[in-house]
Amino acid sequence: MTGTNGLRIADRKHIGLAEMLKGGVIMDVTNAEQAKIAEAAGAAAVMALERVPADIRRDGGVARMASVKKIKEIQAVVTIPVMAKARIGHFVEAQILEALGADFIDESEVLTPADEHFHIDKFAFRIPFVCGARDLGEALRRIGEGAAMIRTKGEAGSGNIVEAVRHMRAVVSGIKRLATLGAEELMTEAKTLGAPYELVRWVAANGRLPVPNFSAGGIATPADAALMMQLGAEAVFVGSGIFKSTDPAARARAIVQATTHYKDPDVLAKVSGELGEAMPGIETSKLAQSELLQTRGW
Amino acid sequence: MTAPARPAPVRIGVLALQGDFALHSQALERSEVDAVEVRKPEALADLDGLILPGGESTTLLRLIDEWNFVPALERFHATGKPVFGTCAGLILLAREVLHPVQPSLGLIDVAVERNAYGRQRESFEARGSVTLAGRAIPVDMVFIRAPRIRRVGPEVETLATHAGAPVMARQGTVVVATFHPELTDDLTVHRYFCDLVRTARARTP
Repeated sequence: MTGTNGLRIADRKHIGLAEMLKGGVIMDVTNAEQAKIAEAAGAAAVMALERVPADIRRDGGVARMASVKKIKEIQAVVTIPVMAKARIGHFVEAQILEALGADFIDESEVLTPADEHFHIDKFAFRIPFVCGARDLGEALRRIGEGAAMIRTKGEAGSGNIVEAVRHMRAVVSGIKRLATLGAEELMTEAKTLGAPYELVRWVAANGRLPVPNFSAGGIATPADAALMMQLGAEAVFVGSGIFKSTDPAARARAIVQATTHYKDPDVLAKVSGELGEAMPGIETSKLAQSELLQTRGW
Repeated sequence: MTAPARPAPVRIGVLALQGDFALHSQALERSEVDAVEVRKPEALADLDGLILPGGESTTLLRLIDEWNFVPALERFHATGKPVFGTCAGLILLAREVLHPVQPSLGLIDVAVERNAYGRQRESFEARGSVTLAGRAIPVDMVFIRAPRIRRVGPEVETLATHAGAPVMARQGTVVVATFHPELTDDLTVHRYFCDLVRTARARTP
């Protein structure tokens, strides 16, 4: 928001929308019915997609942007922001989402990448982007390309929080580390991170990312959401965790409460008390390298 | 002889259920008052003023309802303590909410239309001016999926307009804005609200 050492980043109004979503839960939805349940439960925004990550993982095939019809149906029934996913590097999907008036584009590793080398030039659009990151270097590359929000990736569709924790800790400790370096060390650090020097200097001086940092990928319970908030996430994305559980509306409401009251164990105990079964999880260490979604992105 | 007791610092709460409460807290602290995040109604008890931040009003309403905030907020207002709402906060404070119709606290006599400019594609920034204590002061205004004030009641004073429509208004101790002063480095609007809180505190015994 303030100058980033002369380097252009996303517009203030776009980073501002990310600020408005803080302390909230962004829920994956695949149709209008789910979108209404999410909004009624207190979602701060919904993410439109064709299949939730757990189904993408199970069914395989190429995962693409949601259909135009589905996105319009979802936009018609809720007043909260409607985000939608585009494939990494697929700037034409992004152009279509802009034409549809999506409020935020998630250039997402959950979908099958369209480009194995390049991400979308996000400055070419009038709507903001959120991108995934596993560490500080990846976060700063995406911010340098114009992302208005970062979300740590986790492992989507796994129902297992371990990767989300790993990535959030990596970003947070990367930020702390920069603060300990001398000015003369920052250029080499930028080279090591593969990140823009101006942003490395900015983070070293300010002790945070210049855009909001949310958490995604594996949140299945209210406790998972609160864990990520206590580790430094400013809001959470919940994908398969809600609509793959046995009582989506109740689980959605409980995760919303847990995200607001993340520091209050009494509230967390109360809201965790009357839930159905969580989605079944996957032991991510048993997944083959080729089955991981988090390694997509460059 | 004892020296007169130093007055307790002014404490202003920021409703921290969801939204950009952290930026409001920072703006308050840069304005040299104590900022307190409020997540439960009982936290309102020892505050001098309250900010309702931007966020999603449907989310905020659900959490306000869940924690039975409404009676506490009404009492807070009734004791003469100032309240400032930006964007979604304005929507919560308005007498009437349109597009769609939804419940609100009704503490300021305005009608407000949600998402009145369109979606995020239509969000914008503008240079405008606010008229505070009779003086016009230029400020940057950031409008994000902003609401529009469609009607102001006879008791409501318009403090700023954009393209002919009111974007900041006041009725007694209630101040509202459709834009986001907390997203800029300019403290004009927050300082104005802090002054209002100090004045109100001096009036009550």
